[in-house]
Amino acid sequence: MNTLLLRLLAGSLLLGGVALGALLLTAASSDTEPAPPGMVYVAEGTYQPLFKNPEESEPYTVKPFFLQETAVTRADFLAFVEDNPRWRKSNIATIFADEQYLKDWPSDLDFGPEELANTPVTNVSWHAARAYADWRGMRLPTTAEWERAAMASATDADGLGDPDFLRRLSEWYSQPAPPSWPDVRSTAQNYWGAWDMHGLVWEWVEDFNTALVRGDSRSDGDMDRVLYCGSGSIGASDFQDYAAFLRYGLRSGLQADYTVSSLGFRLAMDVPTSSPDDL
Amino acid sequence: MRRLLSNYFLPPTPDDPMKKTYRFTSLLAVLLLIAASAILFTRCASDDVSATEAKASESSEMTETPAEYTVRPRIRGSVTPASAKDAKPNSFELPPIEGEEVATITYAPEVPPPITRTHASRVKVEMKVTETIKERADGVNYTFWTFGDEVPGPFVRVREGDLVEFTLHNHPSSKVPHNIDLHSVTGPGGGAEATLIAPGKSATFEFRALSPGLYVYHCATAPVGLHVANGMYGLILVEPKEGLPAVDREYYVMQSEFYTDGDFMEKGLRTFNQEKALQEIPDYVVFNGAVNALNGDNALQAAVGETVRLFLGNGGPNLTSSFHVIGEIFDRVYTEGGIEANQRNVQTTAIPAGGSAMVEFEVAVPGAYKLVDHAIFRAFNKGAVGTLNVVGPENKEVFSGRTSLEDYRPAEELSSN
Repeated sequence: MNTLLLRLLAGSLLLGGVALGALLLTAASSDTEPAPPGMVYVAEGTYQPLFKNPEESEPYTVKPFFLQETAVTRADFLAFVEDNPRWRKSNIATIFADEQYLKDWPSDLDFGPEELANTPVTNVSWHAARAYADWRGMRLPTTAEWERAAMASATDADGLGDPDFLRRLSEWYSQPAPPSWPDVRSTAQNYWGAWDMHGLVWEWVEDFNTALVRGDSRSDGDMDRVLYCGSGSIGASDFQDYAAFLRYGLRSGLQADYTVSSLGFRLAMDVPTSSPDDL
Repeated sequence: MRRLLSNYFLPPTPDDPMKKTYRFTSLLAVLLLIAASAILFTRCASDDVSATEAKASESSEMTETPAEYTVRPRIRGSVTPASAKDAKPNSFELPPIEGEEVATITYAPEVPPPITRTHASRVKVEMKVTETIKERADGVNYTFWTFGDEVPGPFVRVREGDLVEFTLHNHPSSKVPHNIDLHSVTGPGGGAEATLIAPGKSATFEFRALSPGLYVYHCATAPVGLHVANGMYGLILVEPKEGLPAVDREYYVMQSEFYTDGDFMEKGLRTFNQEKALQEIPDYVVFNGAVNALNGDNALQAAVGETVRLFLGNGGPNLTSSFHVIGEIFDRVYTEGGIEANQRNVQTTAIPAGGSAMVEFEVAVPGAYKLVDHAIFRAFNKGAVGTLNVVGPENKEVFSGRTSLEDYRPAEELSSN
């Protein structure tokens, strides 16, 4: 009888454990798909483009994705150029990067003083950032993904309603660039677990050059008007988000071979299709 | 009962023959639990979805389609659609370009000398854009965005008909892209799109200085208000081909206002305050970028009998200036920066945001003359005061100074004694 009771107890514990485990697993999946090391999971959500096209006024749905926890550092990038000689500063093809490529690196395989190892790599072109991503088997985030992840405050996936969050952003954007960038993980971690989305450096996105479609069609003319003239407040979906305006302004001023001392990047990757979100 | 339990739910023992039943039941139980959890999970997920949907519809309500997309048609048939076939030659003739030179550039309050050329030239103008901390007032710093490292930006002087080759450099340390819209340009954006450049880049474009006058230039990169509020403006004079009348002294004075996260004169590194800018409630209204930029050792100077010309600009971003010099009357005003001295004997002239004016006056009596925005709280509480020091012999026939000082006893007070 004692044995039976023990067995019963063990049995129910076992079943309870299985049930609990299953529950925990599914519950966890619904919120945070286990992300590969160094990446964070950003759940599906919506993103409202800054410049509304009249035909596209619906907010975009951004599928879940993994985003790198921090910007790519100088040490990370050193490993890349060690492995890929053609992306070293003395070898880089002029179509892939302008003359300022890695200009703050003393030489091909030297990013400077060791204390800069964990600072974000900047002065890299979009081509170089993509090549790095390829090498890591990943990709750059899209504008929609980047903006979706960046609109999170520390406590909320959508921090845009938080005046303090907006004020802090604007403050950072109005400080001049320091002589060298602080380390990654030196500013703030947001709701998704991503560090330094604001307050460290600008970041490349895959589709930077479609932030503003240029052409001679009438609607493009209107978009130009929105960007260049004072009427921006009409076209912008949230006219108080000056920081977003600045990012759009920057992106529309870039070309794929440009390198900028305040512009780095981080990686993204798709969530595997077998994830519970697709069930 | 005991048998049922042991057969269906308890782990098999070596002597227990019901292994298969046990396995099947356990599997079933786990599957059931997983199924239940899955249902629970999908419920949660669909809650999430409906929450997202609710949020989306809420946000689409909040940012409902802007009015410009929903206005009814305003062109009702009386406007003939413009066609490129209707284009005809312009009425003006462009003068031939002779020679090439680099424009002389000066910083406020100085003005380049008059142009003595009698022909149009190709004139090269270069400006760099920087983002830099500068003093706005004693102990009060601000991250200015500048043309040429100063606020206001350099004064450019070209001649009517000149072909201006304009190059804008954006310093590599800049955090944001910049460009320039010169109001003296005839063409889309005033050069804004042609000069939009990322940090570390330079862009060049050319324009004909078709129309003489005094023009504001400013940065026109989104968000334009922020770029202007941070100090990105200056003046360009397109001098008429016959020149302006000769005067003894010329000065460059530009008014603008600043919106910060502190009160007037609150010390420290202040940053831009968007709310105050939207409300148009500046903490500072100043001449030439800083409190006291035109006072003390930096005061403007003239001697009795000289004629002074002020090139006045207003960078805004919001306020119109009621420009006045205390104790002087403007003999001639070129209102709104046109080239006609179209008004005489003016006390206060209006300078719109993004606009200009030229004033000329002959000084007659020595003393300190205050330049103010006569929206007077701006002058005495927000910094819009400058000084013109006039030296030379007194002219008592024009102004005597005080001739007496005595007690005043009103009549009713005297009678009550």
